[in-house]
Amino acid sequence: MNINSLYEKPILFALAAVVVISVGTLVTTFIPLFLPSTQPVSPLIKPYTAIETEGRDIYIREGCNNCHTQTVRPLRTEVARYGDYSKPEESAWDRPFLWGSRRTGPDLARTGGKYPDAWHYRHMANPQTMFDKSNMPAYPWLGNAKLDTSFTAKKVKTLGYGYDGADVARQLAAFRQAVTAPTYPSAQARSQVTPAALRGEITELDAMVAYLQKLGRDLKAAQKSVAGPATAVAAESKNPYAGNHEAEEEGEKIFKENCRSCHGEKGAGGFGPKLATTVHKYGGSDAELFASVAGGRPGGMPTFLPQLGKDRVWKAVAYIRHLEREGR
Amino acid sequence: MVNEFEISYTVDNIVQREMPMTNGARSDSIVRGFALSSVFWLLVGLVIGLWLAAEMIYPALNLAPWLAFGRLRVVHTNGLVFGFTLAGIFACSYYMLEKLTRTRLAFPGLAKAQLWLFNIAIALAAISLFAGMNTSKEYAELEWPLDIVVVVLWVMFAVNVMGTLIKRRERQMYVSLWFIVACVVTVAVVYLLNNLAIPVRLTKSYSAYAGVNDANVQWWFGHNAVASVFTFPILAMFYYFLPKSTGLPIYSHRLSIIAFWSLVFGYLWTGAHHLMLTPVPEWIQTVALAFSLFLIAPSWASVINGFYTMNGNWDKMKSNYLVKFFILGITFYGLQTIQGPTQAIRALTAHVHFTEWVVGHVHMGTMGWVTMTISASMYFMMAMITGREIHSVKLANVHFWLILVGQLMFTVTLWIGGVVQGAMWKAANPDGSLMYTFLDSVAVMYPFWTVRLVGGLLYFAGIVVFAFNLYMTSRPKAQGV
Repeated sequence: MNINSLYEKPILFALAAVVVISVGTLVTTFIPLFLPSTQPVSPLIKPYTAIETEGRDIYIREGCNNCHTQTVRPLRTEVARYGDYSKPEESAWDRPFLWGSRRTGPDLARTGGKYPDAWHYRHMANPQTMFDKSNMPAYPWLGNAKLDTSFTAKKVKTLGYGYDGADVARQLAAFRQAVTAPTYPSAQARSQVTPAALRGEITELDAMVAYLQKLGRDLKAAQKSVAGPATAVAAESKNPYAGNHEAEEEGEKIFKENCRSCHGEKGAGGFGPKLATTVHKYGGSDAELFASVAGGRPGGMPTFLPQLGKDRVWKAVAYIRHLEREGR
Repeated sequence: MVNEFEISYTVDNIVQREMPMTNGARSDSIVRGFALSSVFWLLVGLVIGLWLAAEMIYPALNLAPWLAFGRLRVVHTNGLVFGFTLAGIFACSYYMLEKLTRTRLAFPGLAKAQLWLFNIAIALAAISLFAGMNTSKEYAELEWPLDIVVVVLWVMFAVNVMGTLIKRRERQMYVSLWFIVACVVTVAVVYLLNNLAIPVRLTKSYSAYAGVNDANVQWWFGHNAVASVFTFPILAMFYYFLPKSTGLPIYSHRLSIIAFWSLVFGYLWTGAHHLMLTPVPEWIQTVALAFSLFLIAPSWASVINGFYTMNGNWDKMKSNYLVKFFILGITFYGLQTIQGPTQAIRALTAHVHFTEWVVGHVHMGTMGWVTMTISASMYFMMAMITGREIHSVKLANVHFWLILVGQLMFTVTLWIGGVVQGAMWKAANPDGSLMYTFLDSVAVMYPFWTVRLVGGLLYFAGIVVFAFNLYMTSRPKAQGV
């Protein structure tokens, strides 16, 4: 047979093409399906709860993955900005994966637990009220829609999350009770974006917020339990910029970019506590304020040391002192 | 002795020997139908693209759920990949098939049904994506019932391609036909495997793969959708319509054979270059990177083939209005296939991935290479079908310059913007802390996004001229004229 006759036999040609495309497919895609390295599991990474599953489906429906990634790359500045880099086992329960391909908005893989729920309620309803330069769409319709849970049990069964319809019903009832209770810490922000008729129900926005709070949470919890509760912000005791006017001005700029959205204009208070005061929730000494800003506090105060560095944390503290004087 | 191998593949032998057939004996109405459908979805997809470009600057334009960026972007990409490009491929493939096999389509009735089903499917696809029924996997967002329709459409296409090839009256298959066959089999394999899913209801399903594997399969698909939709069939058009519209035989058919097989072999290894520095196993990333760099060679073989075809006849760039579309098109293909592989290099991907750079990269390929080649092919084809000159060469030139300038404004701006963005993300102070907040990197982009919108508007104006010109050319000849 002459090799040229391949170009005279369409069926043979098509088969040859299939063989040629199969080699790379086999090596890079098919064989990896069965390798341990592509499907690592960790008991530390838990499947999504019923409400988180529904929230994830809304995230998919609204196409959030078109602007937000969920994979932190092992690059120094990326880890400083978002948190620890992503591990393969973190995606073990993800069908589909949601790593994304474009960061029009920031990565979300480490969003869980970073801010209080109230932050998300207000931000989802109108991002520009918190960040005027943001170009994220507002999602007011999520708070106005009751969550459809008629397929939840079937969804978690299909996804193999290891709990059944009765568990789903229990989880949903408990979640509803938690977010509709007057004692819910984010009750005020929630009721501002939820119409009166739906305040006693679970809305799509509730599910979305629950999902966002799950992202990276298990990994952070596991790492915290290894490191111990008193994590590693090295003791710093005295602000080198105390009373330094220039540093206070720089601190004001840092405050506007990083703190204002939660602590309010000039530290008047918001989701986060009032800062224009001498009485601080976690203590008002230089060392205590530094520890709060640098290492974060439970319930929604993020860690700022990696992004800001020691120097700018102290400048922020200097500005807080300035606010204290003004607020007096 | 004359090298039979060289001769049997020359364009003079096959491309120029096409038997003249009367209009009625060819499937002209099907070709015309697909061509006009293609242009219609092109206009729709671009209007949505413009709206998205404006939303980047004015978030208040996210007026309703179905107009929100996340949903709209998916309508834009799917509308242009499936609506515009696939219809263009169907139109040009059927035309080339009949010409290069000197046979009528094997199943013209089936092709007609395919035309109708195609337009219904694209309309349903758009509606379902507007409604938020979407799997989130890029370019595979359609939910499972529409996936099945796409598979049916593809089988209809494959049956006609293979059926016509089997009953052909030309012994040798010309290189364009190889690329069409490669498109048929590659799309079939990657589309089917990536879209495997478990339905929970009519409008919702979950991927058959989880986590890392889902990512790896998705980008194996994603990259080869680019190969088999934006590369193979567009090269088929290039290899056919450039010689046809210039009367010059392709420079080297030996080169096109090497280019073909190494391209088709190499592409399937490279998907994970979309996943550099993610949790996908490092060896898969490295293999993808190596094959991405390898792909420069077969890609440039086609570029060189195109340029050398014009050797000694570069005056045709000026005298023949179609040549500049093809030559600029293949030039953008060449730039694209340098840019793509280099973006896979770890040091560079760390800087540009996730930024506007990649958006600029994709749009050079689609707005430059793909659209320029398809639109010139359609001008030529439509004039042949109606048996007269195109409506206006002058308008075709206006179309060319508008889409060239619009595209360059769009892509170059986004490359610069992407480099700025990447630099701001990586900028660190001496103590290792970050120099900019994420929001700083958003705020700095607004001027870039504005220039991009202006570029997009220019480009759209060019496409409107194209649509008008092509439509005027496609109208049946008035009786008695």
